[in-house]
Amino acid sequence: MSVMLQTRDLSKSFPVGRRLLGAPRGFVHALRPTSITVEQGETLGIVGESGCGKSTLARMLVGLMPPSGGSIEIDGTALDRADPAVFGRMIQYVFQDPSGCLNPRQTIRQILDAPLRLLYRMDAPARAARIAELLDAVNLRAEFLDRYPHEFSGGQAQRIGIARALAAAPRILVLDEPVSALDVSVQAQVLNLLADLKAQLDLTYLFISHDLAVVEAVSDRIVVLYFGTVVESGPAERVFASPRHPYTKLLADSAPAVGRPLLKGAEGELPDPLNPPPGCAFASRCPAATEICRRDTPPLRIIDGDQFAACHHPLAP
Amino acid sequence: MRVFFALLFRNRLAGIGGVVLAIIVALVLLTPVLPLQNPDVTAMGDRFLRPLSPGHLLGTDALGRDLLSRLLWGTRLSLAVGFAAAVAAGLIGSAVGIIAGYAGGRIDNAIMRFVDMLMAFPYILLALAIVAALGPGLMNALIAVAAVNVPFFARNIRGITVGLASRDFIDAARLSGKGHVRIVLTELLPNVLPVIVIAMSTTIGWMILETAGLSFLGLGSQPPQADLGSMLGEARAAMISAPHTSVVPGVMIFLIVMSINLLGDGVRDALDPRLKSGALTRPMAATRVARRNVPEAQGSGLLQIDDLEAQFHVGRRVYRAVNGVSLSIAPGECVGLIGESGSGKSVTALSVMGLVASPPGVITGGAVRLADEDLIGAPYARLRALRGNKVAYVFQDPLSTLHPLYRVGDQLTEAITSHHRISAHEARERALKLLADVRIPNPAARLSAYPHELSGGMRQRIGIAMALANEPEVIIADEPTTALDVTVQAQVLALLDDLRRRKNVAIVFITHDFGIVGQLCDRVAVMYAGRIVEEGPTERVLSDPAHPYTRRLIACVPELGGGRRQLPAIPGLPPAVDQLPEGCAFAPRCDRATPDCAQGEIGLRGSLRKVRCIHPEAEVGA
Repeated sequence: MSVMLQTRDLSKSFPVGRRLLGAPRGFVHALRPTSITVEQGETLGIVGESGCGKSTLARMLVGLMPPSGGSIEIDGTALDRADPAVFGRMIQYVFQDPSGCLNPRQTIRQILDAPLRLLYRMDAPARAARIAELLDAVNLRAEFLDRYPHEFSGGQAQRIGIARALAAAPRILVLDEPVSALDVSVQAQVLNLLADLKAQLDLTYLFISHDLAVVEAVSDRIVVLYFGTVVESGPAERVFASPRHPYTKLLADSAPAVGRPLLKGAEGELPDPLNPPPGCAFASRCPAATEICRRDTPPLRIIDGDQFAACHHPLAP
Repeated sequence: MRVFFALLFRNRLAGIGGVVLAIIVALVLLTPVLPLQNPDVTAMGDRFLRPLSPGHLLGTDALGRDLLSRLLWGTRLSLAVGFAAAVAAGLIGSAVGIIAGYAGGRIDNAIMRFVDMLMAFPYILLALAIVAALGPGLMNALIAVAAVNVPFFARNIRGITVGLASRDFIDAARLSGKGHVRIVLTELLPNVLPVIVIAMSTTIGWMILETAGLSFLGLGSQPPQADLGSMLGEARAAMISAPHTSVVPGVMIFLIVMSINLLGDGVRDALDPRLKSGALTRPMAATRVARRNVPEAQGSGLLQIDDLEAQFHVGRRVYRAVNGVSLSIAPGECVGLIGESGSGKSVTALSVMGLVASPPGVITGGAVRLADEDLIGAPYARLRALRGNKVAYVFQDPLSTLHPLYRVGDQLTEAITSHHRISAHEARERALKLLADVRIPNPAARLSAYPHELSGGMRQRIGIAMALANEPEVIIADEPTTALDVTVQAQVLALLDDLRRRKNVAIVFITHDFGIVGQLCDRVAVMYAGRIVEEGPTERVLSDPAHPYTRRLIACVPELGGGRRQLPAIPGLPPAVDQLPEGCAFAPRCDRATPDCAQGEIGLRGSLRKVRCIHPEAEVGA
């Protein structure tokens, strides 16, 4: 197995209270220095709640947002943000809102045509053949090509979004909540389609979601983000079954499940991003927090084999 | 295009404007071939001839020139200049607006501050300054009028562009390899073009007036060339002795500007997509009711819904959103209403208090009884007395249900005082207690917070506190936790469960999540295509579903701890509710379907557990 995607200390901070001249008044650290590795052919699940930095990470990976620090390497070469055509052929993005990512005034043919023409400089017959192939790959009929996005249901629009990403023939797909806007019966259709495509086209996936059950069902490995930091990572079958970080455990216990009583007594929310607390960001909500948690930021360390957690007092399996 | 003209002429004034303008434009286009006298030839003997004089239909001016000829040639020039100025201002202004809106940041700031500076001058002063710098002449007047109107276009178009530039499809285009120029031309421009056309059609009249104004002052067209403004200017000296010389161009300016403005308003309305969907019409205070008979009560619940039918009438189409839903809710009970989007679960809930927007919504049948009082068709005053009092709602997105400009404390006390005559102090005390009830930390400080200052979870707690404000008997919660994070969702669900047990409130909980239903609800009703297909005690429905749709819907939702797997998806899509098939609406997607599933009416069978299926997965008993 070779490493397909690697970030080294990738970080992003946004200035707050910008002034006309001079330095801004402060920074919000949307993503603290983060290093992740994705193997070729793997599906890495990224889980976290709103404000945890998962979308910031995704947008930096596909070049839509410049990082504040660190580096991104795809298949051994550093990501070159200068030429969108180069990384567009390596890594593509599937958006959360299926209808928002399609221009309402373009037909499906025009939408799928652009990457072929601009990224691969294909001639007209080659493009037509490739578009037919793409539509077939996402199980849509060819008669849809000359229709406009508003004529499609959410599930169909998401298939078109996936076809648009695949048109660039990337090695990696970043899927940012690809099914959370869809109905459950359609959600399963799209997840299965993604699994088939991955096998057929030998793709590598980064699957971002807030839905733990969905992530667990599709991922090989899972990374849990909290407040811009990786708090736990490990094999999908172990992360939620035997969480080592208290936040992962809280997440797993919060997910509604038939036959489990409602979680009581877990109050508290994210800390204020403008005034982050010292030490572990989860300490104020953590039942096991001690003095050291409120003073020192715990580093991400090996807990058990390939399971990592950033916690001073990791839970027993 | 046909739709556009139909919409345009539905507005009668716009139609009149269009016809008048068409006649004027046809006349001036034909001017060169009409048998008119030379407009610039003077004849001092024929000065100030009255209208209808032989040879001069509209009379002559101070130099004996034919007024009809001068009017048509002058109108031709004024229209051309006004149109050219509008196009120039529209092009330049829109380009500036798109660039500023797309680039954002410092470029946007610099451009827009410059535009603001232009707008700070009175427009006629600015135009005068430009003409003074460039010298008089029609061309320079055109430049001045165009320049004065650039800021209007720039600001309008920038506003639209800023909204579009942050949309996902712009990012998608970037990932497809499009550069900035391509994105502006192929992605942004087609979306702002209708706005540009609308802005132009509503301002072209102004530009004609402004050009006429400059010519009137002698800064536009130079003698002997006629345009409407200079004709007025020349006639000013003889306004009392020969009024027709100023009335003729005056009437023409009036007709042109009036007709253009009427037509422009019509174009704006016709191009506005909101008008097409009928959204511009304000909904009525309560849903329209058109039912023939009132069904008998089928049960004795606190809230008893019987054979409810609700439809949306859009044009000639009838969307049958709710088709005969019956549901009974006992005091203190929590009933889950589960279904996918378009299944009619929200419309059912909104119908209870007549909250479905009308038009297009109509309640076409059934009854909703609260403690044996039928609410369908109840007078508005009665509904208003009950809304938020006996029956309260909690909606999905608290950010859109709370008013952004009022403090949450004021909104909370308003909810109380609209049903109870109590003092402001008492209301505040109650609001404080409510916030403590929904476990908001530091409630006194939160009362003076604005909705945007609170997190999503806190806002939803405020929404629940408002619902609880008048100690309702029934709370209808429409996906109240869908917009929340899982850990916050768990907190809100625990809160709702606790409140209903302590206060004995009945809850109708609308959701698409079986996990939530399983944790919270005593009973569950599953909806598909506007009907309840299965109903029963939650545990039994979830562990042993009787309807094939329920079973397969449960199966395709992954559950935590199941590991990596292929999910058994349901092929196909739910039917469109304006084209419901006969028989079972799920039959086309069902693997147990037989030919008789697509025939006749399939009833809901059973008593404690009910199922609407002739080949159920499990027996439900009589």
